[in-house]
Amino acid sequence: MATNTQIDVVMPQMGVSVSEGTITKWLKQEGEPIAADESLLEISTDKVDTEVPSPGEGVVAKILVQEGETVEVGTVLAVIAPEGADVEAPSQDGEMPPAPATQEAADEAMASASEGVGDVSQASEPSTPPPAPSPAAAGENGKTFLSPVVARIASEHGVDVSQIQGTGTGGRVTKKDILAFVESRTATPAAAPAETPQEPEPQAAAAPPPVAPPPPAPAPLPPQAAPLPQPQAVAGEPAPGEAVEPMNAMRKGIAEHMRRSLDTSAHVTSAIEVDMSRVVAIREKLKPEYESAYGVNPTYLAFVARATVETLRDYPWINGEIRGDKIVTRNFVNLGFAVELADGKGLIVPVVKNTEGLNLLGMARAVTEIAARAREKKLMPDDVQGGTFTITNPGGYGTFHGTPVISQPQAGILGTYAVVKRPWVVQDELGKDVIAVRPIMNLTLTYDHRLVDGALAGRFLRDLREKLQSWGESDY
Amino acid sequence: MAELTYLQAISDGLRSEMRRDDRVFVIGEDVGVYGGAFKVTLGFQEEFGSWRVIDSPLAETAIVGACTGAAMMGMRPVAEMQFADFVSCAWDHLVTVAAKQRFRAGTPVPIVVRLPSGGGFSGGPFHSQNPESSFAHIPGLKCVCPATPEDAKGLLISAIEDPNPVLFFEHKHLYRRIKGEVPEGRYTVPFGKARTHREGEDVSVITWGAMVYTADEAAKKLEAEGVSVEIVDLRTVMPWDREAVLASARKTSKVLVLHEDTRTGGFGAEIAATVAEEAFEDLDGPVKRIAAPDTPVPFSPVLEKAFIPQVDDVVAGLRELAAY
Repeated sequence: MATNTQIDVVMPQMGVSVSEGTITKWLKQEGEPIAADESLLEISTDKVDTEVPSPGEGVVAKILVQEGETVEVGTVLAVIAPEGADVEAPSQDGEMPPAPATQEAADEAMASASEGVGDVSQASEPSTPPPAPSPAAAGENGKTFLSPVVARIASEHGVDVSQIQGTGTGGRVTKKDILAFVESRTATPAAAPAETPQEPEPQAAAAPPPVAPPPPAPAPLPPQAAPLPQPQAVAGEPAPGEAVEPMNAMRKGIAEHMRRSLDTSAHVTSAIEVDMSRVVAIREKLKPEYESAYGVNPTYLAFVARATVETLRDYPWINGEIRGDKIVTRNFVNLGFAVELADGKGLIVPVVKNTEGLNLLGMARAVTEIAARAREKKLMPDDVQGGTFTITNPGGYGTFHGTPVISQPQAGILGTYAVVKRPWVVQDELGKDVIAVRPIMNLTLTYDHRLVDGALAGRFLRDLREKLQSWGESDY
Repeated sequence: MAELTYLQAISDGLRSEMRRDDRVFVIGEDVGVYGGAFKVTLGFQEEFGSWRVIDSPLAETAIVGACTGAAMMGMRPVAEMQFADFVSCAWDHLVTVAAKQRFRAGTPVPIVVRLPSGGGFSGGPFHSQNPESSFAHIPGLKCVCPATPEDAKGLLISAIEDPNPVLFFEHKHLYRRIKGEVPEGRYTVPFGKARTHREGEDVSVITWGAMVYTADEAAKKLEAEGVSVEIVDLRTVMPWDREAVLASARKTSKVLVLHEDTRTGGFGAEIAATVAEEAFEDLDGPVKRIAAPDTPVPFSPVLEKAFIPQVDDVVAGLRELAAY
């Protein structure tokens, strides 16, 4: 990157569904020199925390967004200038609307760029200069009336109305104008972002294209969830004894996802008790071997994960997804593992891809490796995407039952709980019932009853138990 | 099917019900020997006799009172007000007795009051009014306002059949001016079902009675300008077809309510309010009313023309709404 001109540092796009990020720390201050690719700041998004490297060599001329602030992708965060150069205002190289003619128009443009569901087109196409402000965006007093129907259509289709040339009174955007705009956008794929979402959103498949095209850019939420209000505390002073802290991007993301999942899937939980005697025996034998030879601990979770992946082969719908009015199944299992972060203030679900190709050692390794990266906040955006089924393991604290929330758009989540020694009725060699002490683990399957029936879930748990109770070392 | 005038269609419907049902009788001022001020019942006394076609004294109170009593005794009276304007004399019997009897005592009051209404021929303040909104406001009364000969006959038969007091507003300006195909024999047109008089895409006009034709002429002019106007003829104001109005509002997103009655408290206000309440998120412009100003109907032809909504007024309103 040339260092003889000033360079803008913008909020990077950290994954297709990420629309904003929070500045957690500036590693350089204004006036400090910086080398190309040297870390300039740390950011936090709802998917990953990462450092942002400097796009060029020079001096940190201006810091435009302070620590703790959350801004949209594409927002100019800082300016790097050649050493000794005069610093100008940010060049606004396409990331921002063009300099408007009036302050009112500027306010209008800023307002429309920072609010409105699905209004991320500017953020997603940083290289395309936005169209010139239309009469609608620069009305007499800088405000243009949106009729109820236009506001509704704009919200439903994620349209930035200020980009439409209005033909109504005073340049007002009419219903016809916005419908024509929506239609032309559907007809011209060029208007869509070059980067297509890796996971087609279910609504895109379900909706008839002419009336409900997918949003033009990765939206922070799928369209159906968009109208839902973000959980937001009512602003107010804390009462005596209360403490207030800001909600970070991850917590907001978790809150939104949990709520949306409960609003989407019909959650039902079934539980089963598994005699883990064989697993315990195999693990005791393998543990020293794995640790000395590979430095890997064959955890109970790895055993359960192996048996789960095998069982899912026979239950493609539990490894499936409802996409619009279609059912999607796959010949692979991308297994998500719910991981608590070290500070106890967050949860992330990294995904191990193609677990159907992993044996016990591979599974144990992959789980250990990805959990470690999650705790150290070193996950890449790809590491948290594309899951087809999830395992959560709250059993480490001794809990024996739970009703986890499904990670959307999956159809099920397996809960594993503490292995507890319990009196268990077994048959002795004469076929008589006797009470023995056995290590018992409870497993729960929480499933989306829209897709998975209770009987199917019951058979899945039965088969999973059967594997864990009967498999020998070589089966893993 | 025969082509009948609006007036002939009303006569036809009334005659067919009197032939079919002995309980149906007619009472009003000059309805017998003279055949009615507008000749709706011409020849009726010859056919049905003076006991079924009764010339009453000049007393609307007596006419509606007699009808109410007869209806409670099982008859199906059809009263004629010589002009709708004079129904105010019968207000007490209609509003206090007929409308509430069913609710107070469980006794149905199946009466029909025919009301020659509307202006357009210099009838002056006593012979030109459209008082449907006053009665639509009274729970227990039904208000019918046909625009076509076919509807006039079918709605009159429905009115006679209905167990409630029905006010049948027949527009005088349509009597001989409007002709149309009318099915022979007995048929009914249901209450509370609007008729789409004209399909359109850009603006909806909600109206009834003679204003359907005013709207239609305006729509033809707008069509030449590339604006497509939908016209919904309510046919009955109480009950009124909310679903049809809301469907049209949702389709075009722009609504103009048109009536010949005066503006304030007119039935258009109820329609506009309902559209605003129920179809708010589908609106692309203000709900507009075109109605007569809040004065008595003037006698002077020039002033009356200024009073009653004209085609040009509707054209201007539609243009404004279409361009909004």
